[in-house]
Amino acid sequence: MRVNPVAKTVLQRLGLGLITLFVVSIIIFSAIAMLPGDFAKATLGQAATPETVAALQHEIGLDRPPIERYFSWIGKMAQGDFGSSFASRTGYRRTVAEIIAPRLYNTMFLAVMTALVAVPLALGLGILAALYRNSWFDRLVNTVTLTTISFPEFFVAYMLAFLIISRDTFAGTDLAQSLPVWLAASIDWTLNVVPKFPTLANISDQTPFWEHVWRAALPSITLTLVIVAHMMRMTRAAIINMLSSPYIDMARLKGMTPMVVVLRHALPNAWAPIVTVVAFNLAYLIVGVVVVEVVFVYPGVGQLMVDAVKSRDVPVVQACALVFAATYILLNLIADIISIATNPRLLHPR
Amino acid sequence: MTSAEPLIQTTRAPRVRRTRRSRMRIALKKAPLSAWFGMVVTLCYVLVALFAPLIAPYRETQVFSEAFAPWSHEFMFGTDQLGRDMLTRLIYGARNTIGIAVATTIISFAAGVTLGLLAAMYRGWPDQILSRAVDVLMSIPSLIFALMLLSIFGSSITSLVLIIALLDSTRVFRLARAVGLNVVVMEYVEAAQLRGEGPAWILRKEILPNILPPLIAEFGLRFCFVFLTIAALSFLGVGIQPPSADWGSMVRENATLITYGDVTPLLPAGAIALLTVAVNFVVDWFLHSTSGLRDEK
Repeated sequence: MRVNPVAKTVLQRLGLGLITLFVVSIIIFSAIAMLPGDFAKATLGQAATPETVAALQHEIGLDRPPIERYFSWIGKMAQGDFGSSFASRTGYRRTVAEIIAPRLYNTMFLAVMTALVAVPLALGLGILAALYRNSWFDRLVNTVTLTTISFPEFFVAYMLAFLIISRDTFAGTDLAQSLPVWLAASIDWTLNVVPKFPTLANISDQTPFWEHVWRAALPSITLTLVIVAHMMRMTRAAIINMLSSPYIDMARLKGMTPMVVVLRHALPNAWAPIVTVVAFNLAYLIVGVVVVEVVFVYPGVGQLMVDAVKSRDVPVVQACALVFAATYILLNLIADIISIATNPRLLHPR
Repeated sequence: MTSAEPLIQTTRAPRVRRTRRSRMRIALKKAPLSAWFGMVVTLCYVLVALFAPLIAPYRETQVFSEAFAPWSHEFMFGTDQLGRDMLTRLIYGARNTIGIAVATTIISFAAGVTLGLLAAMYRGWPDQILSRAVDVLMSIPSLIFALMLLSIFGSSITSLVLIIALLDSTRVFRLARAVGLNVVVMEYVEAAQLRGEGPAWILRKEILPNILPPLIAEFGLRFCFVFLTIAALSFLGVGIQPPSADWGSMVRENATLITYGDVTPLLPAGAIALLTVAVNFVVDWFLHSTSGLRDEK
């Protein structure tokens, strides 16, 4: 039977993605099985009686065989029932789903907002840097991005926060006193140009849309700075790689302008690596989001997960880990499929 | 460096092979400014970390009466939230943060390189199993995985080091296996096998020296990554635990000062950033000079 080669590769890749997701879910599930034996006792504390310990163990399901537990767990997960948090007590059930849902919306909001700004910016900068290779613009962008790549996210985040706060405090500092008056005044003026973004992102479900955007601005800018660097460098490398092929020389010899060569000839063939890069960096957003949410006290899944790790609330940690891992795997899967589908060589098998 | 002059050389006296030291001296002379900057900065960090008790003005956990004291002659960078001298904490922080990151990187390399080269040498099902396991481990973001494992095993320094070493060794394994595969098929490896050398000997004497440059560069990059991961975890409060001085947790503990326009919390964060930049510069130069890689022309 003849199967379209593209469809075949895509199906193979999909299958592989599903298997990965399955194995990852098993790993995350076994997290609870790896808990030290006296965990129930440890959570309940001094007042634990054998009955309450047995009740907790029954609730977590430690008294049933692991395979049965796995399938009931994954079955409930598929229906959106993530179990209940260890923070729930008798008569006061806190389901993981109700804890996570609003947080997930907030995190997605932040991620989408960042991606909408970061992706076009990175692609634009990358194309420009490739066009004007080895010019001062290229060098400047390269140096700046190499530096931001090496910075931890919280450093970038606090630098931005400090910048915003300096707007109000700079005039009173010793540094401002010791500088010449004109210099201090001009620094003060420059600082005042910066909009006064809120340095703490308190959001609730009632926050109106634009207010939400405004309050999430600083976390979003931090994440943008971090991921634009990677994306821009890889876009530049992908396009420069394309520019060394013979067909580009041909286009140049025909007398086309560099802009047309890049946009019409190099870019279409560079889509596959670029899409991979974009997806990879959006996946990286997931990791960055954890730290940035904590810095700006943004109520998202990342902060929830860190708090749950501290209080060792394993069901919540598991659910967060599953959400993050599934998004990560899915993004990588989409990137692979797009790069397979946009690869014209696969359409004409030898 | 010799490609321009081989013709002249063959007609003259047989070329004298340079000693390793003289080759190193020549390479150092050619090093760009950024590499020199990186090396000097890294060296300073190492010296501070090694001689912390001699340099620091006070003891690591010595508490003074005033918390959040401003910068003064007595306390160069003020005091932290418990009234401990900030400069002293920064100096001891170099020791703890860098020490733990180096230990983690060494463990992850020992495991990753050994398994990677064994997989490259023997192929077959052990290679398949290891590679698939690594694929799965790498399909979860490592910070998320580390957070999950820490919630189970608790945050002690041992579990921190082991967990991050395990997650990091996956990348080392991939690299070691990939470069190992190219070397295993070489004639000299076959010759050694026919000579009747044991696998351990072949690994150490024939394969390892030939794949050393990419591994050393990777060591630098992995160190940066591990260092940043540990700093991030400590910043989140689940990494290195108090009272050990450590840059990540110092940022978190003193972060409130930023709202008053005080730069003190940025010092430990800046210390982390500077070291990563420095190591990256050195690795960049090392990669250029060993692989003959030039910027895409």
